[in-house]
Amino acid sequence: MKIHIRNGHVIDPANGIDRAADVFIAKGKIVGVTGGNPRGDGAAPPGFEANATIDATGCIVCPGLVDLSARLREPGFEYRATLESEMAAAAAGGVTSLACPPDTDPTLDEPGLVEMLKHRARLPEFAHVYPVGALTINLEGKRLTEMAELAEAGCIAFGQANTPVLDTQVLMRAMQYAATFGFSVWLQAQDPYLAKNGVAHDGEISARLGLAGIPVVAETIALATILHLARETGVRLHLTRISSADGIEMVAAARATGIDVTCDVAVHHLHLCDQDIGFFNPHARLDPPLRAAADRDALRAGLASGAINALCSDHTPVDDDAKQTPFDEAEPGATGLELLLPLTLKWAAEMQLPLATALARVTIDPARILGIGGGTLSAGAAADVCVFDPQAPARISRETLKSQGKNTPFLGQELKGRVRCTLIEGHLAYDGAFA
Amino acid sequence: MNRNPQLNAHGELQHLITLEGLSREILQGILDTAEPFAEVAEREVKKVPLLRGKSVFNLFFENSTRTRTTFEIAAKRLSADVINLNINTSSASKGESLLDTVDNLAAMQADMFVVRHASSGAPYLIAQHLAATGREHIHVVNAGDGRHAHPTQGLLDMYTIRHYKKDFTRLTVAVVGDVLHSRVARSQIHALRTLGVPEIRVIAPRTLLPSGVADMGVRVFQDMKEGLKGVDVVMMLRLQNERMQGALLPSPQEYFKYYGLTPDKLRLAKPDAIVMHPGPMNRGIEIDSAVADGSHSVILPQVTFGIAVRMAVMSMLAGS
Amino acid sequence: MPTLPDATALCAQLAAAMRPSITPQTALVGIHTGGAWIAERLHRELAIQQPLGSIDVAFYRDDYNQRGLHKGAKASNIPFDVEGAHIVIVDDVLYTGRTIRAALNELFDYGRPARVDLAVLVDRGGRELPVAATWCPQTLALPASQTLVLERDGETLSFRITEK
Repeated sequence: MKIHIRNGHVIDPANGIDRAADVFIAKGKIVGVTGGNPRGDGAAPPGFEANATIDATGCIVCPGLVDLSARLREPGFEYRATLESEMAAAAAGGVTSLACPPDTDPTLDEPGLVEMLKHRARLPEFAHVYPVGALTINLEGKRLTEMAELAEAGCIAFGQANTPVLDTQVLMRAMQYAATFGFSVWLQAQDPYLAKNGVAHDGEISARLGLAGIPVVAETIALATILHLARETGVRLHLTRISSADGIEMVAAARATGIDVTCDVAVHHLHLCDQDIGFFNPHARLDPPLRAAADRDALRAGLASGAINALCSDHTPVDDDAKQTPFDEAEPGATGLELLLPLTLKWAAEMQLPLATALARVTIDPARILGIGGGTLSAGAAADVCVFDPQAPARISRETLKSQGKNTPFLGQELKGRVRCTLIEGHLAYDGAFA
Repeated sequence: MNRNPQLNAHGELQHLITLEGLSREILQGILDTAEPFAEVAEREVKKVPLLRGKSVFNLFFENSTRTRTTFEIAAKRLSADVINLNINTSSASKGESLLDTVDNLAAMQADMFVVRHASSGAPYLIAQHLAATGREHIHVVNAGDGRHAHPTQGLLDMYTIRHYKKDFTRLTVAVVGDVLHSRVARSQIHALRTLGVPEIRVIAPRTLLPSGVADMGVRVFQDMKEGLKGVDVVMMLRLQNERMQGALLPSPQEYFKYYGLTPDKLRLAKPDAIVMHPGPMNRGIEIDSAVADGSHSVILPQVTFGIAVRMAVMSMLAGS
Repeated sequence: MPTLPDATALCAQLAAAMRPSITPQTALVGIHTGGAWIAERLHRELAIQQPLGSIDVAFYRDDYNQRGLHKGAKASNIPFDVEGAHIVIVDDVLYTGRTIRAALNELFDYGRPARVDLAVLVDRGGRELPVAATWCPQTLALPASQTLVLERDGETLSFRITEK
């Protein structure tokens, strides 16, 4: 199969391409990007005869999105989502690679489970799935998992999802062991004692609404512990879902002292803050909590400057029964695969960022954290491509969302930016032209 | 943000969920309406026919015999049929969901839900659910939700203050005790601000204050003697048993010594200061018996006024 | 447009008509607000010995389900023992009879009177309930589109007609 994507505007941040150009694909790989400059005219490489063309007039053509956190809910939570529903959501959202956290049921702590997941996910229209293995058995923070075996089965990093390791000795040993094999450790920084019973950012809003608060120090205390252990063990550290201005500063300071650390932020946290809880909207119950407006602004600026390395959807489908409850009983999380692109564009527009910079945070930058070759349109790379119309309205509704999780604070809103089509290794995984 | 969900399209009270965001006119209107209801209690027949044929469901997901009883009396004095439901929601006995319970009772032709729930915001959830399913004619009264609000308690406290002090705009009012966990304190503070009280103080150790408390328009005092100086009204809060020992407070004895209202400390307030308490009191922990039963105490009148205020709220909602 | 009744003159006529029936046991109850003004006057002029009562029928109105709670309701005040009393309900205008029905119901929640009479200044017709005044110095036919309102300015009472 040879595909010619014509008349689009290609943005490939990894290769510094940001111009009108054509993309040529053969055998599931990128053959080349030509045109749009004085030398090229969009002509096909020698000997290339397309079997299919995609007209990308008015559209941006970019590498498929790489999402550092998408819960597929398999195994264990199939009533919330299935691989089929969430892979359809990924493709509709232009996401072609995703990392899934280990908090499934059972947790991803045995090679057999990881192999099963990889096996289930191998269909051509499915995004590439990169499991994050459990750092400790059953995420209990007591015994180490067989990391090397899990890596052979397909895990690209090891983490705890949102469950902290209480015993710092275990945490240090887990980091030492991961460092032995050169594995990355992904951790979310939240002190469980300071966050105990908390459901919202500790501040004016939680005080007013009478919601138990999670103070910013819950993040910074945990960060201090994790960063010190990272320095001690030399492990490659990735911090997931930074939520506060203080947190960003600590990570930047640690990086400046030579600690090998990256971090990401969830897309909701770029746009929302604790005020958006409104009248106890359970969709605004997230983990980590939506923080103050000043924190949100720091996250927006930090992601723009690169202090925060990547942006992810933190896709967490939750069934209605677990959301239609009082705020503090609601299960945290929001659906995100189909909102990642429009919310990235919204952030870029509001920050007046070049589109290439914004798209880097959801393509090449997360791909580097994952340590995979994706996130580019380099010749020879897998033909994972997203074609989207940046101006087309995207209505977020229960009907339009393909994900089984309809839980999002943006429900009922109209955003800008709609995926026209998604290619995964040259396979048309989503065709929105007829949708 | 959405329109205040407790008001209908005409800006009238549809539900009573919180005092926050209600105008001075609405609050004063409720207090004014409560006045004639107070008189009803002195009649031979302590009952008026306003809510005849209406069904009021007392939906208590958290036990509170006292609050439930005051709502029950208020509804019965309005001639409503009252159905009491105590629904245990300890996480161990999770059964029917909150909204399923609501749907079932709504199907029994309920006209009003009086809701007490351990989770902040639960009455909002119910009101929004009723609106989303086309049953706006069922009214919701919040009888206390988590740490969020206890609007009828706040209103009866305002009624009491107005009864004894007439003018809100010259008062200094102190709220003393466990503000962190108190829905009563939040409702009091919102109402006092809206009614124009120029100085609202909160007095408590740091462990019993929410971190954002100063943003609520109050002056914070850690030293009770400092905080009580020259106040017109002292509103004591109840300290729950489970908070008395542990990481919030070392002991009830130490709490009483520094934050209990004793005759000595009360002498620092104005000579005609009134002392209030939402009940039930912990004598010897947050309040000395000599104060609770003393000449400054208006704690029992609060209870009496509470019935009239709840009658006013229920009759204003049911007729909206 | 009919000539407006003279409220002051009607008050005097009403007092004169009532005088022969007044005993030391007679008590007056004026209905808020116009009836209460007239009752105040009659109480003085007829030298009634029982303290003056007033009643606000807001909690007994039959249109609560349609129109909600009447705004600005006042506390009723019955400062004498209703049980076995001779009570005269006083109102300004007798119209549908619904207010009188509500007042009677309310009164009976205070006790069982021996006898209840009704004194009004004007009967404007339009009855919807079997109610009749014991004393009424003037009748007046008004279309349903008009409302007859009693107003007070200092000590002067006067009638005004408003269109609905």
